[in-house]
Amino acid sequence: MTKKQNSLTSNLYIFIVMAFMYLPILVMIAYSFNNSKSRGAWSGFTTKWYADLIQNESILSALLNTLIVAVISSVIATLLGTAAAVGIQAMKKRSRDLIMNFTYLPVMSPEIVMGVSLMLLFVMFKVDFSLFTVIVAHITFNVPYVILSVLPKLRQMDKYLFEAALDLGCTPLQAFTKVMLPEIMPGIITGFLIAFTFSLDDFNISYFVSGERAQTLPVLIYSMTRKRVSPEINALSAIIFVVVLAVLILTNLNDIRRENQLQKGGRRG
Amino acid sequence: MENNTLISLRNITVAFDGEVVLDHLNLDIKDKEFVTLLGPSGCGKTTTLRIIGGFVEPSEGDVFFDGKKINDVPPYKRHVNTVFQRYALFPHLNVYENVEFGLKISRLPDAERKKRIKEMLAMVGLSGFELRRVNQLSGGQQQRVAIARALVNHPRLLLLDEPLGALDLKLRKEMQIELKRIQQQLGITFLYVTHDQEEALTMSDRVVVMKNGQIQQIGTPIDIYNEPVNAFVADFIGESNIVDGVMIRDYLVEFGGRQLPCLDGGFGTNARVDVVIRPEDWEICKPADGQFHGTVISSVFKGVHYELMVQAPGEEEEWMVHTIENHPVGSEIGLILTPDDIHIMHKMSPEEEAELLSALEADSILNDEDEDDEE
Repeated sequence: MTKKQNSLTSNLYIFIVMAFMYLPILVMIAYSFNNSKSRGAWSGFTTKWYADLIQNESILSALLNTLIVAVISSVIATLLGTAAAVGIQAMKKRSRDLIMNFTYLPVMSPEIVMGVSLMLLFVMFKVDFSLFTVIVAHITFNVPYVILSVLPKLRQMDKYLFEAALDLGCTPLQAFTKVMLPEIMPGIITGFLIAFTFSLDDFNISYFVSGERAQTLPVLIYSMTRKRVSPEINALSAIIFVVVLAVLILTNLNDIRRENQLQKGGRRG
Repeated sequence: MENNTLISLRNITVAFDGEVVLDHLNLDIKDKEFVTLLGPSGCGKTTTLRIIGGFVEPSEGDVFFDGKKINDVPPYKRHVNTVFQRYALFPHLNVYENVEFGLKISRLPDAERKKRIKEMLAMVGLSGFELRRVNQLSGGQQQRVAIARALVNHPRLLLLDEPLGALDLKLRKEMQIELKRIQQQLGITFLYVTHDQEEALTMSDRVVVMKNGQIQQIGTPIDIYNEPVNAFVADFIGESNIVDGVMIRDYLVEFGGRQLPCLDGGFGTNARVDVVIRPEDWEICKPADGQFHGTVISSVFKGVHYELMVQAPGEEEEWMVHTIENHPVGSEIGLILTPDDIHIMHKMSPEEEAELLSALEADSILNDEDEDDEE
């Protein structure tokens, strides 16, 4: 009996948590189909904001900018971060601790500090704000996250695996690509996904280094809301939410599939 | 140097951060031989293995393989494979792919590759396990994969670093016999590292007993057991009674208040020596008939035998006696030794004795720990 009550309370609790998290998004999606520009009143169903969105060139170009920045910066950050993690792992304890503190620093410090200091740096070296500066800035704040997600995998790895590969005839490079890389791949992928999503939705830092011509989506949305909140933004946000949701569901399905395969003990696909 | 010597270590010295791990070590291993490096943790046995594997560079000295100096040859170019302590199997590959790994790197043709892997898996008793993932296997099965993965490359020399340490007793005994069978069947030289004296005595053609980076004794298991050169070897190789004695003259020794004939000579006259008596060598008789007699002060059942501690009246000496018949605590017994039961060794200096004690203590504590002598 008490068990039943317990499960009722816990279900209720989960429901409340979920409602807090997803109600605002559901409201936003609902209003993206609202016929009126008003934020308060519902005046019928329409898809015209979606149609407007597709024709709005400034939004589309900002979206393209965002994607370019996210892809390039997260790929480069993943390469640099993975290499750094491998190097850090091979260090002696004292220098490793020192480097790790430097790695945590950008993660711990407020983004606005990073944004302002990067802006000052570019101004000092007379680099014009462009996609290039945005990409450099995003790589800078993403590298630590990649390092922090790859390092635990390296630490978990049996330290003799690398030697075993050498023992079986691998050159050090082959040992890295054939044994070490597959071992730490989950960490690298996690690092890449973190870097990609952080880059996608970064506003604080991009705001300071993007300038007029290289606006990313978050920066554009911010500047649009200063004038008026267009329902187009609701439509755009709704699309982004659905895309992210789809990606998440796909990754989870993939995980479940692999888990099943593991349990069957099949050959790795 | 004999013709069929496969590996020669000459004056090998290794020091990590000023700490000497190997001290001018010389060792020859013959082709097709099963040699075991035996010693407590930190004695340098794993480091010796890693020097031959190419993972540690000696600070001094040379390594010869088949008569050629290989100091500067990297591990991946040596005709040597290793079975690592914790197996170091590749978790992202299945059993077949793990065994295939070395052959793939050396680009062996497909047909030959398949044939060899099939043979090897059959030899270690893992046919039908090809598609299993390695972390789904039991410890013993992982061990077999590690052995197959190394041997499938047909190395001239197989290095085994405490490969059975993580297995339970029964499995360990089975694998000891199986390893010996595989070694004889393939005719490959095995260099085996362990701190388990029983393992060393069971499998090896020759045993190398090491301490503090130096070789104490090299010999067949029977030599090492019966004729230890010093108290360290005697004590490490098996439980022993080691007592002070005086060599009156050749073939006559005095210890425990008795003068007894023995088979050793060449120590001089009235020389202080260590006397070793294996607990299983005592013959038990009536108190009046024995060379020694005393009271049983403890009796512990050890499975095959009882371990008695016997103390003579008015003497400090306690004798450890192994017997298959129990004698209850408090009973009086007599003890007899024949001359070949008495082993005479040169006395160790007090420093050496202290080292022995601490090494043995450290070993009993660290028995299942990783060896940390490479760092």
